Amino acid sequence: MSTINILKKELKLSGLEPLVCSKAANFINIGERTNVTGSKKFLDYIKNEQYEEALSIALDQVRGGAQVLDVNMDEGMIDGEKAMVRFLNLIASEPEIARIPIMIDSSKWHIIEAGLKCVQGKCIVNSISLKGGETEFLQQAKILRKFGAATVVMAFDEKGQADSFERRIEICKRSYDLLVQKVKFPPEEIIFDPNIFPVATGMEEHRNNAIDFFRATTWIKNNLPGAKISGGVSNVSFSFRGNNRVREAMHAAFLYHGIKAGMDMGIVNPSMLEVYDNVPKDLLEHVEDVILNRREDATERLLEFAEKVKGSAKKKEEDLSWRDNIVEERLKYALVKGVVEYIDVDTEEARQKATHPLQVIEGPLMDGMNVVGDLFGSGKMFLPQVVKSARVMKKAVAYLLPFIEAEKTAESRKQGKILLATVKGDVHDIGKNIVGVVLACNNFEIIDLGVMVPTNQILDVAEKEQVDIIGLSGLITPSLDEMVSVAKEMQRRGLKIPLLIGGATTSKIHTAVKIDQQYDEPVVHVLDASRSVPVVASLLNEEKRPDFVKNLSLEYDEMRNRHKNKALIKDYLNYSEASANRFKPNWSKHVPKMPSFLGVRSYKEFSLAKLRTFIDWTPFFSTWELHGKYPQILEDKMVGGEAKKLFDDANRLLDRIIQEKWIQARGTIAFFPAYSKGDDIFVDHTLDGKYSYTLHHLRQQNKKGQQLPNLCLSDFIAPKESGVRDYIGAFSVTTGIGIEPHIQRFEAEHDDYNSIMLKALADRLAEAFAECMHEMVRKDLWGYAPLEDFSNDELIREKYTGIRPAPGYPACPDHTEKTLLFNLLGGAEHTGITLTESMAMYPTAAVSGWYFSHPEAKYFGVGKISKDQVIDYAKRKGMAVEVIEKWLAPNLNYDLD
Amino acid sequence: MVMKNDLLKEIANKRILILDGAMGTMIQRYPLEEPDFRGEDFKNHPYPLKGNNDLLSITRPDIIKAIHAEYFQAGADIVETNTFSGTTIAQADYHLENQVYRLNYESAKIAREVADEFTVREPQKPRFVAGSMGPTNKTCSMSPNVNDPGFRAVTFDELVTAYTEQVNGLLDGGADLLLIETVFDTLNAKAALYACLNVFEERGKEWPIIVSGTITDQSGRTLSGQTAEAFLISVSHVDLFAVGFNCALGAKDLRPYLQTISEKAPFFVSAYPNAGLPNEFGQYDESPEQMGMQIREFLELGLVNILGGCCGTTPDHIKVMAKIAKEYAPRQIPMVAEIYE
Repeated sequence: MSTINILKKELKLSGLEPLVCSKAANFINIGERTNVTGSKKFLDYIKNEQYEEALSIALDQVRGGAQVLDVNMDEGMIDGEKAMVRFLNLIASEPEIARIPIMIDSSKWHIIEAGLKCVQGKCIVNSISLKGGETEFLQQAKILRKFGAATVVMAFDEKGQADSFERRIEICKRSYDLLVQKVKFPPEEIIFDPNIFPVATGMEEHRNNAIDFFRATTWIKNNLPGAKISGGVSNVSFSFRGNNRVREAMHAAFLYHGIKAGMDMGIVNPSMLEVYDNVPKDLLEHVEDVILNRREDATERLLEFAEKVKGSAKKKEEDLSWRDNIVEERLKYALVKGVVEYIDVDTEEARQKATHPLQVIEGPLMDGMNVVGDLFGSGKMFLPQVVKSARVMKKAVAYLLPFIEAEKTAESRKQGKILLATVKGDVHDIGKNIVGVVLACNNFEIIDLGVMVPTNQILDVAEKEQVDIIGLSGLITPSLDEMVSVAKEMQRRGLKIPLLIGGATTSKIHTAVKIDQQYDEPVVHVLDASRSVPVVASLLNEEKRPDFVKNLSLEYDEMRNRHKNKALIKDYLNYSEASANRFKPNWSKHVPKMPSFLGVRSYKEFSLAKLRTFIDWTPFFSTWELHGKYPQILEDKMVGGEAKKLFDDANRLLDRIIQEKWIQARGTIAFFPAYSKGDDIFVDHTLDGKYSYTLHHLRQQNKKGQQLPNLCLSDFIAPKESGVRDYIGAFSVTTGIGIEPHIQRFEAEHDDYNSIMLKALADRLAEAFAECMHEMVRKDLWGYAPLEDFSNDELIREKYTGIRPAPGYPACPDHTEKTLLFNLLGGAEHTGITLTESMAMYPTAAVSGWYFSHPEAKYFGVGKISKDQVIDYAKRKGMAVEVIEKWLAPNLNYDLD
Repeated sequence: MVMKNDLLKEIANKRILILDGAMGTMIQRYPLEEPDFRGEDFKNHPYPLKGNNDLLSITRPDIIKAIHAEYFQAGADIVETNTFSGTTIAQADYHLENQVYRLNYESAKIAREVADEFTVREPQKPRFVAGSMGPTNKTCSMSPNVNDPGFRAVTFDELVTAYTEQVNGLLDGGADLLLIETVFDTLNAKAALYACLNVFEERGKEWPIIVSGTITDQSGRTLSGQTAEAFLISVSHVDLFAVGFNCALGAKDLRPYLQTISEKAPFFVSAYPNAGLPNEFGQYDESPEQMGMQIREFLELGLVNILGGCCGTTPDHIKVMAKIAKEYAPRQIPMVAEIYE
């Protein structure tokens, strides 16, 4: 076991990152330039509300080495509280600045309190003091505790500011005792400012100002345990305003001695800090004479010397080497780093290089944003930085917009109005913003409601503004549910506009399964910004829209069906519990229809011409790795040409197959009386009332919500005790009989194209046969739905009543039941199909399955099952557990050794 | 009689305390529709209420109590009240601001009842109620408007007012401790702490507080950009009962940040991760056993004192955790040096 950790008592501050003021940290630089009383430039920016420029001063300080940022807005001409709040809020959105802790600097308590309410990290307040008496002092300290702020305490009391060593230590001691004893203020969070006053003023009483500060510092360190020392260093050189060379030397010397005396931190201009050792010896000597009051004539000598070294002040340059790169690189840099200063210049340069201003957006700017996206995705950038990048992007786009407008022809107008919002509870909007930018660049009007937008607001605006499309975005997972709610509410309010879904956690499958079904109008998952333009364009184009929507819903339907069978399961019921929670149809209400015949019937040479009309072409194209829905795929920009060629070839071959009878379509179906008992189905296969043939099924075991059953196919067959006479159907179809010689012929001719084509067509015909046969069964042969009238599309989308699940597929995943199925159908002799040892059907162009007629019968996936069911199932089938486990391996919720 | 407050600390010193798992996940097992959420009381409320899970404490207390009981049964020492969104700010979406006190009071009350039933039955294992205080749906240190980063959708004062009402409801309803959780913006949490301190001052009594942050992604930061240590420092001004993390990441990804906190926090450390990372449906599918394996790692390293589950976890997960936790000693709180260097 590890030994107990010992935590040091240290002042710990935080911005976005921690700052531990440990002994090792030596000295903490507090950036002073964001102070209206100390920086004319900063004051002007604040006065003129040029906050972006004001922020760049803060950034300079951070880049110059500030570890804490002092912010002061005490100036008569400005509303200090408002400016403090505004500036601190802006800082919070600049991660490079917000990285470091803030020092809220004001002599006005209300400004301090307002500032404290804007800072998430542990900050320092500068300052409180005994100036207004003990009661006020303690009351303020108590409030600071509730905010968790450390505080600077000025050496100031009811009688005034401490100007001697004695007064300094008297006030500091009294303040310390009050804070520690009465408010339980942590000593390490008390930072004394024992007043740094100017030296070399020419006044006698100022000669010891620096020395008194050092002495007080040492005394505090020795007598007030834990307390820290800070001070405004620039004050010391006040007399040498205008001579930065001397001032820097004075600061360097002052800090050198101050730190030796125990100073922990100081308010400085970090960009202007000279290193003590780098101060020329002669200058240093003159400066130290003054600071340490070593000579009577120190001030005069320094003044004289100062004249000689005027100017040549040191200013640390920020690293601008990235400016030397080509413009594309500079834009990328600016986006990644969130630098706005040069974006207009660089955008202009890029614009001049490009033929059309839009290319700047689509090219270098999008490239840069992609880098941002990648960095964000891999955790190398975090949210505030990304938002900053987005701002740079916006600026660049704003710069380009007039040029883009100017390029447009007179009659060009907005193509449509699109409302974008990040849903309630989510603050991520980068993707949404990019989509907005890209769409706006493509001449759509964008109404962006920002982030965390409640449903009602989205829909109110959508209705008021009569938008054409709503786009929702979200990155965190709860947003998925929120999007579902928005869709539901759109349905309730009867909106008639499409809904776009985007954002990192969204997916097409989720959109299809969860969102699309809530809303009658199109719901489109948009993978990325680049996809948004064609999607929106199609949705808003009268001609393209119907096909687009149809295509989409077909695609979603298929996804949903596929998904149905692999629904997520994470916890399981005992088999007995699952069985108890079976689906219990009301058998007193449903009287199963008796089929038109009982026993087996075969169709030896079914009409291929008829089957042709039942073909679902979409999977055919998939086989050829041309992805898209038929018939739209034939018009597809990318693959349309190839698809059309393939389709023509296929039809030519089909003509030959049918005319020359290359293959034979054989279908076999059977109907028998049946009842269910538990999860088995007992079949009267000999029609003698003995029901001696047993089929076995598996039951879902995943935990369900209340009132949702754990399904098993046997649930759809009436149990014996219901007294209801029920039936089950079985079928097999193949269109592969006679195919072999033709395949061999093509292969001999090395004609892979036609060989594959033939197989693919046979497969399609087999599927078409199954579809066709099922329709005949529903309408006629079983006849439980004689009046149905569906289009081929609707058949493909499984709109019909009753199901035809196949052994080996999700509702009945045990392939071994196929043996029982084929036995019922009279074996290979009847069906023309043989089973391989792994239960594959040969010819391969074959489909088989069960027919269930119950109106509530539906496709489902058994999903994962537990060992208890497997043991029971093996027993029912008379098979060894280990054997059945092998067959059911993909469905086990436990691992096999 | 030992004060509840001390009793909790006493137990935490001896063994690892078990917190409950997800409330939302369990509620999802019930097919609830609009009328369930409305009940009698809100039958005529003019706005949709479905999805307002907190409201179920009033309209379907049977469900909430059953879930609490399932968690206690699974081995939880502490259950969280069903009040994650129980602030005027979060309830504004449903126009139920005026129900917030009642919502918190009732939620705490029913959790209290279930806890007391279990404590009476098993006096050797007293059960506790933690008043859940969610982050609200607005952030105090970030702007929802990309064009105006200085804008704030909610102020610190508004948060303090909202949390004060919540805390009063929770304490009046009988909560033993307060759990400021899923902190994505530390300033929101600081407002919650501010409210707690004010209420304690008024009542002249203190309750234990747990602050639980959320590390949003692999960057290792909160949504508002803070590192784990910066987060810890920002809330350490209050003498917390415990600090830790929940949600967002699964147990595996949470470990490094938990380690940071564990090393540096002078408080107990809590962790209640999600059941893994969400899949494409936003569902969490880590099994109790898988999660148990990862939790074991926390315990091997001696990182935690309080353990539970967030999104996607169920009584089965808690059961496994409770079982595993018994095999390990709790983390020892680091000592704070007496003197300054």
